[in-house]
Amino acid sequence: MLDLLWLVALLPFLGAALGAVLGPRVDKRWTTAVALGAPGLSLLLALGCIFEYVRNVSPEPFQSVCYTWSAAGFDGYMAHEGGYQRFFVYMNLFMGSMLLLVLGSNYLVTFVGWEGVGLCSYLLIGFYYEEKFPPYAGRKAFIVNRIGDFAFLVGLFALVSRFGTLDYRTIFSAVAASPEAMGEPYLLGMSFAGFVGLCLFIGAMGKSAQIPLYVWLPDAMAGPTPVSALIHAATMVTAGVYMVVRSNAIYQLAEGVSGLVAIVGALTAIFAATIGLAQTDIKKVLAYSTVSQLGYMFLAAGLGAYSAAIFHLGTHAFFKALLFLGSGSVIHAMGGEQDLTKMGGLKERLPSTYRTMLIGTLAISGVPLLSGFFSKDQILAAAWGGSKPLWVVGWLTAGLTACYMTRLLLLTFHGEFRGSEEQREHLHESPPVMTWPLWVLATGAVVAGYVGIPRLGQFDIHVFDRFLSPVLLEVGHHGEAHHASVAVELALMAASVAIAAAGIWLAWKIYGAARGLEGGRGWAERYPAVHRALVNKYWVDEAYDATVVRGTWASARGLYRFDAGVIDGLVNGFRHVTVGTSMLSGFFDKYVVDGLVNLVGWLTQAGSRVFRRLQTGLVSQYAMVVVAGMLVLVFFVVLFR
Amino acid sequence: MFDWLHQIPILSIVCYVPLAGALAVILFYKRDDGERIRRFATWVALLDFLISVPMWWAFQREGALFQFRESAAWIDAIGVRYEFGVDGIALLLVLLTTLLGFIAFLSSWSAIRVREKEYYVFMLLLQTGMLGVFMAMDFFLFYVFWEVMLVPMYFLIGIWGGPRRLYAAIKFFLYTLVGSVLMLLGILALYFYNAGGLLGWEGLGNERTFFIPQFHDIAAQIPPDLQFWVFVVFFVGFAIKVPMFPFHTWLPDAHVEAPTAGSVILAGVLLKMGTYGFVRFSLPILPEATWRLLPYLAMISIVGIVYGALVAMAQKDMKKLVAYSSVSHLGFVMLGMFALNPAGISGSVLQMVNHGLSTGALFLLVGMIYERRHTRMIAEYGGISAEMPVFATIFLIITMSSIGLPALNGFVGEFTILVGAFNRVWWWALVGALGIVLGAAYMLWMYQRVFFGPLENPENKGLVDLNARELVCLLPIVFLCFWIGLYPRPVFRVLERPVNYVVSKVDPSSAQAVAERGGAARPAGELAGE
Repeated sequence: MLDLLWLVALLPFLGAALGAVLGPRVDKRWTTAVALGAPGLSLLLALGCIFEYVRNVSPEPFQSVCYTWSAAGFDGYMAHEGGYQRFFVYMNLFMGSMLLLVLGSNYLVTFVGWEGVGLCSYLLIGFYYEEKFPPYAGRKAFIVNRIGDFAFLVGLFALVSRFGTLDYRTIFSAVAASPEAMGEPYLLGMSFAGFVGLCLFIGAMGKSAQIPLYVWLPDAMAGPTPVSALIHAATMVTAGVYMVVRSNAIYQLAEGVSGLVAIVGALTAIFAATIGLAQTDIKKVLAYSTVSQLGYMFLAAGLGAYSAAIFHLGTHAFFKALLFLGSGSVIHAMGGEQDLTKMGGLKERLPSTYRTMLIGTLAISGVPLLSGFFSKDQILAAAWGGSKPLWVVGWLTAGLTACYMTRLLLLTFHGEFRGSEEQREHLHESPPVMTWPLWVLATGAVVAGYVGIPRLGQFDIHVFDRFLSPVLLEVGHHGEAHHASVAVELALMAASVAIAAAGIWLAWKIYGAARGLEGGRGWAERYPAVHRALVNKYWVDEAYDATVVRGTWASARGLYRFDAGVIDGLVNGFRHVTVGTSMLSGFFDKYVVDGLVNLVGWLTQAGSRVFRRLQTGLVSQYAMVVVAGMLVLVFFVVLFR
Repeated sequence: MFDWLHQIPILSIVCYVPLAGALAVILFYKRDDGERIRRFATWVALLDFLISVPMWWAFQREGALFQFRESAAWIDAIGVRYEFGVDGIALLLVLLTTLLGFIAFLSSWSAIRVREKEYYVFMLLLQTGMLGVFMAMDFFLFYVFWEVMLVPMYFLIGIWGGPRRLYAAIKFFLYTLVGSVLMLLGILALYFYNAGGLLGWEGLGNERTFFIPQFHDIAAQIPPDLQFWVFVVFFVGFAIKVPMFPFHTWLPDAHVEAPTAGSVILAGVLLKMGTYGFVRFSLPILPEATWRLLPYLAMISIVGIVYGALVAMAQKDMKKLVAYSSVSHLGFVMLGMFALNPAGISGSVLQMVNHGLSTGALFLLVGMIYERRHTRMIAEYGGISAEMPVFATIFLIITMSSIGLPALNGFVGEFTILVGAFNRVWWWALVGALGIVLGAAYMLWMYQRVFFGPLENPENKGLVDLNARELVCLLPIVFLCFWIGLYPRPVFRVLERPVNYVVSKVDPSSAQAVAERGGAARPAGELAGE
């Protein structure tokens, strides 16, 4: 079965090609059949592969597991956008690329998939291309990602020039074989591992929306909601985390860069979480939440807790996809309205959506026994073992997360309805085709954590850790060895439960019961500066616009002026000089060279005019001149003898 | 299957079929018979393409370096011979020329409506000139073809061009002529040095010849100062043709004014003659000078990449944007070449082909929309994706190919080039790779402004999507973009020998190291082939 793994990735591509060729003319049912059939088959194959993998542990471990979360989700949600051939072609293309990314056994194939999902993301963000904003957001996403890809590529160049290959197994075993060589100074004062690690991490920053390259993800919400759920929350954006974890052999030897990964992750986590507190667009809140949760994953990866990073990646995929689809259901019910200030009191009218989103909120907030609790706890435990300040940041973020998610839930479903009458009429629960995926995901959000129940003393049932262990090579001296005592671990759990409770309580205090927006307004009035900074997302977009975007644009225009003025000016100047010279030489030719010729002619003429007088034709005159001449001659002869 | 091609003068046939076609048009067609002339000329071009394609299979990957050789005496007095032959590099460029030639003919059907007889005669002559340049193995013959193709291009721009066609045509002609005259000086210097004294240099006293491999053989004997001067004059000649920064300003004018087919040929083939000149002459004949000037050469290549991309961003005219993007792309080609290692040079040659395909296609696409709306201003468009979905899709594929998206051809070339550059001087690749970011920025920005957003300009309503003829022009290119992008191995395979040959000439030490490692150098392209 594992031999057929390549087919898993190929099938969606075939689906995309077939869908594109069939075009919009054929019956919708055919499009749907192709669109769902290809990934469906692919899913079955993948499940077969996983089954086989679990039975006899083979060397392709990671690939299949990452596969599950990417494929499992798809089938359901795609149905409800229903019928759009273009949408399905892009989605199939996306799935194929995503599978290529995770199934690839070398960096190059991963990079091909990496760029492929980037393209699909571009196309799907700009799906509503007839509007102004979505295409812009799509382009922004692509270009910001390209900045990361640029570094990724440089990292690949370094790997190729050192190892002559990009194959994972060859590289990682070579790295593991000579850890000292990896530590020798390479470029820019960094070691080889450090340089490559930094390059790959910058690549990951782009794809996984970390500071400073996170700005594209909130705008990416301009795409259809299922796209936001799948691509921009559950799958593609986690590719960066996947890549860093995949390259753990390198990161283990690059302590400095790993530290940077952890710090960037932690900062992104808390930074995005604070922005999430003040956003009023339901999807924007979730987008910043995604950025923040991705920060958690990098925090874990930077601290060497690779399996915790992937574990959180998996649980996050469930509850974040759930929350996005839930928000999609809400937006659907509100007739396209995304503004939280226009919602409120929807829980009676959308009971299924409410209940599932409640589960998602509790899961992401880290309420015990739900999936987010377990994965977040692992990360925080690793942070406690690795660096106390990072633990504090992570711990505070957990509280903020609970707070903004509760706020979202309260503003959407509790209190008074604040929309228009028309919207009130329109309110309805979504059809089952949209609600049953919610329930499936909600189940996942509840139970997904149990594959990674923490070690407590003797009870080591870390299924997940063992599943991943073949990937996580032990390179160098330190591994994932921060095993705290049971007491500390329990204390840490208590601390995270406490901060989550505090977050929920705070949100309830402000927005709970009938207070709704009023509570928020009070806080905004009390701290206007903070509120303005948060609402405006710390003006980061504006800052980029003023510096990078405008700078590039200005230099483009400046260079064009230089090109047209100076370089082409020189060329044209040369032309003018040539033309001028030729005019001068024309003048010279006309008046000097030709002038000389004419002078000779003129002199001849003038001379002849003088001498012509002699030629009178009168013989007597000639005779007289002859006689006169002879007399003169005689006179001279006589005189000078 | 096609081995018998080695028995016949296949190169001459491919080269002169267009010339024969041109004569036939002159002799047998009346001036006003445009319809039939255009069909006939297109058939000739297609025939030429079909004749040339089997060479791909007949070419022996492990055989002689130059194949399909033809050799005959020509002007004995000065040692000029008629020598034809192609190696893997030239073979690729010949095939590119015949393919783009056919496509250019087909694309002219609706665009050219005046003086069709002269137009197709010039196009056919151009075709012969370009093919001859890539096939000639005698410097003199090379120079003859080089000049032959200059003239038809001048008339194509000057007669069928846009409003400023005369300015552009004269600029193109003079600029290129300056280059080719300098090149001729270089050729003569080498010729005299090989045959006997030249100015202060003593010379080798060999038989008088213009045979190119002979100059490859004496490369090591040419004194450094002579190498330097010959390199400089060659450089100006080729750099103008490429065009490299800062010799590039003829290009935007020529492209903007030229008719669509002219732009396609210009970008697709003519520019490659400059890069071809570098890889065929400058590098293997003048290795000393190459190394001496290398830092400066790489520098202006890199400047070209970034500069071309930034200037492209500021353009309001689609054709001008594509023209400046060419400057950037050719910067990549030159950077790869100056990496002077197998990866860099094979990527560079591949990128020549890639640029021919994707930029050629971009000019075709811009020409198609121009025929419908008679404007190339980006601001006149917006939202036409809804009106022309097929056009928009193909444009997107080509855009992605141009900005180097993996699974399409551009990526394979750029990646291989940058790997080569990284191995030479790491920061060359670092700065060069900026071009990839900027490329995405200017291309996608143009794409967004033309195809996305609301359809606001009423004149764009009801635009007709591509017709069958236009699809026939574009689909072969799209197919090749995917093929090279997904499975570039056959192309690298053809390039392996000639590229290693060039490397062995320009960098004997590394070639020796390769030989010691056992066998041929492995172009990094194989990484991409997996």
